[in-house]
Amino acid sequence: MSAAPDPSSADRKSRLLWIGLVVVLVAAMVLPFLVKNYRVFQFNLVLVYAIAILGLNILTGFNGQISLGHGAFYAIGAYAAAVLMDRFGMPYWATLPFSGLLCFVLGFLMGFPALRLAGHYLAVATLALALAIPQLLKYKHLENYTGGVQGIVLVKPDPPFTFRFLDQPLNADRWLYFFTLAVTVVMFLLAWNLLRGRVGRALIAIRDHPIAAAVMGINLPAFKSLTFGVSAAFTGVAGALGAVVIAFVSPDSFLLPLSIFLLVGVVVGGLASIPGAFFGAIFIQFVPNIADEMSKSAPQAIYGVLLIILMYLLPTGVMGMVRKLWARWQPGAARLRVNARPGTSVPVSPDLTKESTT
Amino acid sequence: MKLKHFSLAVAGIAAAAISLSAVAQKKYDTGATDTEIKIGDTKPYSGPASAYGTIGKAIAAYFDKINAEGGINGRKVKYISLDDGYNPAKTVEQVRKLVEEDEVLFVFNPLGTPSNTAIHKYMNQKKVPQLFVATGATKWGDPKNFPWTMGWQPNYQTEGRIYAAHILETNPNAKIGVLYQNDDYGKDYLKGLEDGLGDKAKTMIVSKVSYEVTDPTVDSQMVTLKGSGADTFFNVTTPKFAAQAIKKAAEIGWKPTQYLNNVSSSVGSVLTPAGLENSVGIITTQYGKDPTDPQWNNDKGMQDWRAWMAKYYPSGDVKDASNVYGYSVAMTVVQVLKQCGDNLTRENVMKQAASLSMDLPLSLPGINVKTSANDFYPIEREQLARFDGKTWKLFGKVYNPSGD
Repeated sequence: MSAAPDPSSADRKSRLLWIGLVVVLVAAMVLPFLVKNYRVFQFNLVLVYAIAILGLNILTGFNGQISLGHGAFYAIGAYAAAVLMDRFGMPYWATLPFSGLLCFVLGFLMGFPALRLAGHYLAVATLALALAIPQLLKYKHLENYTGGVQGIVLVKPDPPFTFRFLDQPLNADRWLYFFTLAVTVVMFLLAWNLLRGRVGRALIAIRDHPIAAAVMGINLPAFKSLTFGVSAAFTGVAGALGAVVIAFVSPDSFLLPLSIFLLVGVVVGGLASIPGAFFGAIFIQFVPNIADEMSKSAPQAIYGVLLIILMYLLPTGVMGMVRKLWARWQPGAARLRVNARPGTSVPVSPDLTKESTT
Repeated sequence: MKLKHFSLAVAGIAAAAISLSAVAQKKYDTGATDTEIKIGDTKPYSGPASAYGTIGKAIAAYFDKINAEGGINGRKVKYISLDDGYNPAKTVEQVRKLVEEDEVLFVFNPLGTPSNTAIHKYMNQKKVPQLFVATGATKWGDPKNFPWTMGWQPNYQTEGRIYAAHILETNPNAKIGVLYQNDDYGKDYLKGLEDGLGDKAKTMIVSKVSYEVTDPTVDSQMVTLKGSGADTFFNVTTPKFAAQAIKKAAEIGWKPTQYLNNVSSSVGSVLTPAGLENSVGIITTQYGKDPTDPQWNNDKGMQDWRAWMAKYYPSGDVKDASNVYGYSVAMTVVQVLKQCGDNLTRENVMKQAASLSMDLPLSLPGINVKTSANDFYPIEREQLARFDGKTWKLFGKVYNPSGD
């Protein structure tokens, strides 16, 4: 519409974005008091998966490294939290940094072979990790800690205080939901802060043109392995939260499909999109249940069909669609965004996302 | 005036008494009404263990038959079975849906040891019955600590005790070598054998060798067992390893008396690959009638089952023993609900489940379902069977390790 980008219009947009975020956050805080406990538990899992998917998206969406093994980091994070709570009596909230740190170190180490492997070869190498972890968790010399095939049953934490809102008490489920929500907000702010600036641009440059990125002075090995570490740390924290929320871990909880589902979540939500993680999480949490309600004989086939339909309708994921609609609604928006100050909008321009899905 | 008050009061008391007696006759918890009983369940309809999903379909088909015949004490059964993909995290979610949203009276026959472990504490905190779970682990019969949980099929320790009893009867000086999988399943069997042998366990068991599920073969373990001089072999392995062990024993010329756990008693997937000629004389235990065994062709129970399969579950496989399992376990829970009468509280469901004494038409003759307030193991009796090169032939008495 207007030819010259107007800075005040960019300011208005960013204000709109902030208002939208606050509305979503307030809704997320009221929501648990409107539904039954079991729904609160499901929404809690959505938040957990959102963090895990965000972690994988940093690696796959922003940096272009495909991982079929992030279920392994989720499992390690979950077990680290469970063992610390069960064997060392650590409070549940204190286990998260340990899980994150452990997964960061392991992810960083996993990043080294990833330097020499690209594309599909890396995907297969990480697949091996996803296959190995459930068996390693049954290893007999670790049994004292991991509980072997039986896993570890945890105690669900009680809320530290309680009140009533909308005639509903703050019980264990609702308290855990708020705890997870707080961690989610922190993790998403961290990711946003990391990806909107210099680091984010470097990651995208490596994804799109590694040689050009190296010429521009980006240290490829350091960036790639650190990205792997950070990505694993996010997923590990999600695993720890998952263990606390479900109050049980066992090797069978973390089989290969978990890794695949996380990748499905990334693609459905939209590659290289931070808010897309929520849509991906909603998909992997609820669509299997819908498929199960439709057919007992072939729930997985129904799930597959739903996934194909969705990818056909939204080839760039939910966030790709949102961006396209946004650009259509405001033809000048795409140009404005490029000129806008960093941090005023999603750090990826629409043409970059198009490439990321090819 | 006074008289009027008095008569009103009398009428009121009478009305209260009538409604009280009505309440005393019919008692309901969440999930039960005058017309319906809601039962929840989780099964792996998808994922690595989806072969067991047929049990859920068989159970649903059995309830269809019950409902078509008028229900239980006039109430229809509403059976809600959800997919957990054999993922314990999903089991927790689905069971919470059943209890908190669908508001079932109880959860019946959820499948898998890890899945049931994941909901064990939750069910007992909520005081919702976790009835007749589909796993052979021994920990489900612990009424003191977990009064809301009960198993159904014979557990691994019970089976181990039966082999011990047979060894003590036939060869009290046996030197026993044990091969077991290094997990709770293997250790449960070993504990059963040791408990059954009692004081003699230490001297009679000359060698205990374990393997990991991840091992490629058990060849070296078999050589070790032969070297120990054992003359009796207790084979506690899952199908792949069971076949390897039987074959290797024949190859290295070791000819002990062989006991094979019921888990791996399939002729098709274990004894055939191991070599039928190598398997002659192996002993195992059985409690149910095998639908592929021709000796039951004229059996009333088996004929009824086939007719039911044809009418209510025509897409099911009549060779699959899981469909026999589903039929039998559904029959057991129907008996519990019949005994409950009009008192359909969760407490009474557990009370009636703990006072069962019935015969199942598809159990072997003499093998019954029996429970009490202290005995949460419904099926404990089993009979031994010996492989004759073609099929398992039942022999000897029905063993009853619990003594009731």
